[in-house]
Amino acid sequence: MSALRIVVCVKQVPDTWSEKRLDPLDQTLDRAAADGVIDELDTYAVEEALRIEEANEGSTVVVLTMGPAGAADTVRKALSMGADEAVHVVDDALHGSDALATSLVLAKAIERTGFDLVVLGSESTDARMGVVPAMLAERLGVPQATLASKVEVDASTSPATVKIHRQTDVGQVVVSAQLPAVISVLEKINEPRYPSFKGIMAAKTKPTATWALTDLDIDASSVGLAASATVVVDAVARPPRGEHTIIKDEGDGGSRIADFLVSRKLL
Amino acid sequence: MADVLVLVEHVDGVVGKPTLELLTLATRIGSPVAIVVGDGTGLAEKLGEYGATAVLSADDDALTSSVVAPVVSLIESLVASRSPAAVLIASTTEGKEIAGRLAVRLDAGVLTDAVDVALDGDTVVVEQSVFGGSTVVHAKATRGVPIVTVRPNSVTPVASPAAADVSAVTFPAADGRHAVVESRSATAAGGRPGLSEASVVVAGGRGVGTAEKFALIEELADALSAAVGASRAATDAGWYPHAAQVGQTGVTVAPQLYIACGISGAIQHRAGMQTSKTIVAINKDAEAPIFELADFGVVGDLHVVVPQLIAEIAKRKS
Repeated sequence: MSALRIVVCVKQVPDTWSEKRLDPLDQTLDRAAADGVIDELDTYAVEEALRIEEANEGSTVVVLTMGPAGAADTVRKALSMGADEAVHVVDDALHGSDALATSLVLAKAIERTGFDLVVLGSESTDARMGVVPAMLAERLGVPQATLASKVEVDASTSPATVKIHRQTDVGQVVVSAQLPAVISVLEKINEPRYPSFKGIMAAKTKPTATWALTDLDIDASSVGLAASATVVVDAVARPPRGEHTIIKDEGDGGSRIADFLVSRKLL
Repeated sequence: MADVLVLVEHVDGVVGKPTLELLTLATRIGSPVAIVVGDGTGLAEKLGEYGATAVLSADDDALTSSVVAPVVSLIESLVASRSPAAVLIASTTEGKEIAGRLAVRLDAGVLTDAVDVALDGDTVVVEQSVFGGSTVVHAKATRGVPIVTVRPNSVTPVASPAAADVSAVTFPAADGRHAVVESRSATAAGGRPGLSEASVVVAGGRGVGTAEKFALIEELADALSAAVGASRAATDAGWYPHAAQVGQTGVTVAPQLYIACGISGAIQHRAGMQTSKTIVAINKDAEAPIFELADFGVVGDLHVVVPQLIAEIAKRKS
């Protein structure tokens, strides 16, 4: 049985129920306009990391985030759930970073802190690109065992292995890989624990490293909005939907829907 | 015209509809070249019918025995040899992973969940729908070949016959260690189309009431050859599998027709379906926010309205 160093990546995202808009100056998400919370999909990753830690004595869970100073709240949430230490990459030059730059920064931070396993949510609920876990595997040069609805780690072998149920649009495959590896987990793979009072208190004294780009030997010109490999040309609010009809069911509701479908050539 | 590489999705010798959509978009910006993982010979006729000028067939077990990385190596080598104007991939979970890794390999811009693609001069510009559909953006890659994933149902496939010659291609073995596929199981969708690519989605929510009553939702879905979706309230209650959850933490759908049954339309749910072309809602509560999105809404009991609708569909089809 070997101890594992597990890095779990978390992202602070705008609260689902808050208004989201693009900053008119640079077409990036106006994060100041929305309340920031830990991404719900990342809480499944934190929980899965903690379960792997608990099953493998002596293991450590490191929570990693990249984001503005306010993202420290998100780090603390993961620490209060039980993660052991944290790394927060914060640098003004990171503003507007695209997925390529984000994966570069995360990969450098993961390499610096050291890892046997990287755990992420399958996508973020704000950008919803779903590319960063695969990009990290590519950058770290390790197996990609992503989109997991079930994870089993076997640390009794050397090297340790991970087996997952990979759920894609076309079905499920069982995938195995040797560690070190990157895994991503799907919504509802587990039931994330609530932080205990003890956990919340303990989170305040857990080691948290704050790294800037210079700590990761990353040139500021390779990240941020100016280095993005994509650019938004324009953005407009979607026009409201056209005319719509709402009726009260007078015993003919189903029939009226059928009429409507016929009128739209959908039936 | 420059090539546009299109990664083909196919199951049991049938080209997937999202691939025909990709070919249709590709004809607008260049000369579509279809990449087939597997033997492309039997698919060439269909691919040519929708505009493929060439079919590159990569029949190598290595492409399917490891996760994502070998397909990335294949496309990477084809980008190097053909200098395409763009690479188009269906916006499935795996398609987006392929696109992401390819973008790292090529240090190129990746644009996911596009709903349209056009040329502005020589530049490929994509249209995307962000923030759960509330904002429409146009975006482009600023370096490298644009790698674009296109959301299923964004465009109607249009036949554009071309002579698609099939040629076998080889690719360099992917370096490094990869996750290995040990076994696969077919989808348990009961013959229904996949949720993210279905043209019609029928979804049930809290108003359905029990797991057993989801049979009614399935019956309506089958009458319309639709996929079945569910709101988070329904999946959290254990009435329907989580894989069917439509919403911010689940699947995003944009079908031609979305029928919401007993779904109130919380923002969490709307984020996953509000770019659907036509939305029909059935809900007891006249104040339910789903009616703000609905093109046609019925305030009533779904357990009464849906059976009548199923009967009417059967009647009008016969």
